[in-house]
Amino acid sequence: MSRLTLTTEGERHIIVTRRFDAPPSLLWRAHTEAALLQQWCVGPDGWTMPECISEAVPGGRIFFRWADASGHGFHLTGHSVEVTPHHRIVHVERMHLPDPTPDNHVVTLFQPDAGGTILRMTMTLPEEGVRAAMLATGMADGMEASYQRLERWAGHAADA
Amino acid sequence: MQLDAVFAALADPTRRAIVARLAAGEATVQELAQPFAISQPAISRHLKVLETAGLIETRIDGTARPRRLRPEAVEALWDWLSQYRALWEERYTRLDAVLAQIQHEGTAERKDGT
Repeated sequence: MSRLTLTTEGERHIIVTRRFDAPPSLLWRAHTEAALLQQWCVGPDGWTMPECISEAVPGGRIFFRWADASGHGFHLTGHSVEVTPHHRIVHVERMHLPDPTPDNHVVTLFQPDAGGTILRMTMTLPEEGVRAAMLATGMADGMEASYQRLERWAGHAADA
Repeated sequence: MQLDAVFAALADPTRRAIVARLAAGEATVQELAQPFAISQPAISRHLKVLETAGLIETRIDGTARPRRLRPEAVEALWDWLSQYRALWEERYTRLDAVLAQIQHEGTAERKDGT
């Protein structure tokens, strides 16, 4: 099982990296075909995506709507910016909760890796302070380090 | 605790530096003011913003009033990131299954000569 890594870059970016046992052409399909996106781009548990529009051409429309068992939910709108088949997708998206969140610029890269694919998704953080918070609290050192640090702090608090 | 307020409080570089200093352990206002070329009242204003956001708290130690990070604040930030990570881990596990399925269909089609 390939583990997901989550790192930060610059002031406002989160990078998610993950290896898949399938070639870039299949990753491409799974990221651009609505019927496939509806199968995996869901969650947390119990959430589905009853509506999905994905136009993988520059300026093409993106519309995802998620719903829970009671039919309540939220949606995402956006558009494709740059599209290089089987290799790279640049798109802009925002959540409607129902107020729109700041635009999230996302770059998705599919790099061939010995019969599989390394996916690298770079996202703009929703809030400028997130990266700052991660840096200031040491989270940028890595999740495990942060967790240990958190336990230390919690320990201090208990001692006080 | 409002993460929005936390993020807004941390948008300022001086306040980020204060939080980074407090990550190393509690400190008095005087100690916190030392590295900065600004007055103690100005530092106190920054501390007020951080305290209102729930990032730091004041400990009462005799006549001293050292400031320290609130573990709850750090935990809230940690939770936010953990949930984000968990959501993508879950999605990509589903994606593994979708990829296996379409890879299988592709192989089956080739065998059919379609």
